[in-house]
Amino acid sequence: MKVVFKLAFRNLVGAGLRTWLNVIVLSFSFIAIIWSQGVYEGMSAQAAQSLKDAEYGGGQYWHEEYDPYNPLTLEKAHGALPAPLQRLIEERRAMAILIIQGTLYPQGRFLPVIIKGIDSGQNILLFPSKFLNNGGEDEIPALIGTRMARSTGLRVGDVVTLRFRDSQGAFDARNIRIVHIMSTTVQSIDQGQVWLPLSTLRSLAGMEQEATLVTLGKGTNFSERIPGWSYKSLDFLLQDIHELVRSKTVGSTIFYLILILLALLALFDTQVLSIFRRRKEIGTLMAMGMSRAKIIQLFTLEGALHSLLAALVAAVYGFPLLGIFARKGWAMPQAIDSYGFAIGERIFPIYSAGLILGTAILVMLVTTLVSFLPTRRIAKLKPTDALRGRIS
Amino acid sequence: MENKALIETIDLVKIYPMGNHELIALNRVNLAFRAGEFAGLVGPSGSGKTTLLNIIGSLDSPTRGSAVVMGKKVEELSARQAARLRMENIGFIFQTFNLLPVYTVYENVEFPLLLLGVSGAERKRRVMEALEWVRLSERAKSKPSQLSGGESQRVAIARAIVKKPTLILADEPTANLDAENSHNILQIMEELNRELGTTFIFATHDEKVIQYLRRKITLLDGKVARDEILTTEEKRETHGGNSR
Repeated sequence: MKVVFKLAFRNLVGAGLRTWLNVIVLSFSFIAIIWSQGVYEGMSAQAAQSLKDAEYGGGQYWHEEYDPYNPLTLEKAHGALPAPLQRLIEERRAMAILIIQGTLYPQGRFLPVIIKGIDSGQNILLFPSKFLNNGGEDEIPALIGTRMARSTGLRVGDVVTLRFRDSQGAFDARNIRIVHIMSTTVQSIDQGQVWLPLSTLRSLAGMEQEATLVTLGKGTNFSERIPGWSYKSLDFLLQDIHELVRSKTVGSTIFYLILILLALLALFDTQVLSIFRRRKEIGTLMAMGMSRAKIIQLFTLEGALHSLLAALVAAVYGFPLLGIFARKGWAMPQAIDSYGFAIGERIFPIYSAGLILGTAILVMLVTTLVSFLPTRRIAKLKPTDALRGRIS
Repeated sequence: MENKALIETIDLVKIYPMGNHELIALNRVNLAFRAGEFAGLVGPSGSGKTTLLNIIGSLDSPTRGSAVVMGKKVEELSARQAARLRMENIGFIFQTFNLLPVYTVYENVEFPLLLLGVSGAERKRRVMEALEWVRLSERAKSKPSQLSGGESQRVAIARAIVKKPTLILADEPTANLDAENSHNILQIMEELNRELGTTFIFATHDEKVIQYLRRKITLLDGKVARDEILTTEEKRETHGGNSR
């Protein structure tokens, strides 16, 4: 095998431009795969981090009736805080959020909204709740996100009517003043939502000391079973986002599969041509006593070595390039907001060792297979035919 | 010269199917070659010279009959066994030199030793020795594309001889060379035959080669028409002697 490796390497280097063209195309595939997968891994990690920072903290307890995908459950999804959770809140290791349904009347229109109450002094989430301290005596301070502001046309200082039902089912309405418009990548705390001070919302809805969910602080290690409440770990809460990123990854996978297919096609072509052009050489090798199996090994290895050289070439120009991307990030177009999950204005790709190693192994395996397939012809080749330049 | 036959063909027949017909390339050929011979298969094109050479070299197998090469029946050898026989005992010299184009002269000559697993230092010594035999040590780093026809054939000889095989089979070795280069090549081969005792069998219709042969086997339509041992005097009579 050592001899075959030595010969394969000599042949490959000796083939000059033909080798380097294949190597460069293959190295593009390497980089494209690693880059695109890195972007999605970065996207996934960034989205997860943003959600943890702004919404999920270190996990949540949900009222047993609460289902975020079904607003009709909100009517019953609230209850008094159980003692263990109340204790965590007092220790500032968790915070309560109350959620009810309502209708907003911005500029003569009406818009169904989710009203959320949050403690303006909370330190659990990276959430600009402190602005909720800025309200006047007559109007209730309210906070909305940029997407909500865009869709309602509301600006800071605007006063708008908010209608809601209290715990008894009676309709009531109040004017709220927009005290801040927060810019956030997390759509699920923005679109269709109005944030009020928790104490105010509790009092308006007649739900004193009640909450819909409790968000734990990031360092809070607490997951005890509490009757009437269910613990939701971060794995559970982030499940959707990972699924979503995975589904987005399919698109990029198709893109890089096409790229790798092109590179492999070039390699396959090279191999077929190589066997055709070098049949006399194959005959000479046979005459010198090289067995067919060894010659097949030689040609397969020559093909497979393309991917090894490609990995080295990719390392030379690709790693610095990927490094720059990882440091400077990749600016996201505005339209990317419609992706449905938290993406910052710049994505910072993450290239894990597993991704790089996995890609290298995958490309090498496929390259070896593609290199081997055309060499099967050699097995049927007669030495005398090969020496005459014929191929059976 | 030993008396024991190095190669023996017994009623050797080789038939090639040609569509609906058959081409009889060799027809009941019975020959024996002893170690150290400097013999040639001569005859017109299509007389079966190359076919016989290929069978002796275990590159092909007979349709009927037997070819015993160094005690091994060619027709019974597997592809792997035939490859081993060639690797260890047989060197080939081709009309078109068949040098490996991406290798240097040194690497081309080194190749058979790599296959044999000869150690690095020993390889180097033997490659340089072989290049000295063919007077090409200065061109060790050249690529085949930088060599003349005569030089290329000398590299091919060095490559064939470097493993010190028992037998060298040369198929029209001078066909692409001018007279001067042909004589140089033949003198080298004659010298190697004399000094190393290597058996040489040529397939040729070149008169320049024939005048060096010590045994001339004439093939006609796949049959042995004449088998002659040539003495120096006979060679001189036949070819004028001074042409060398």
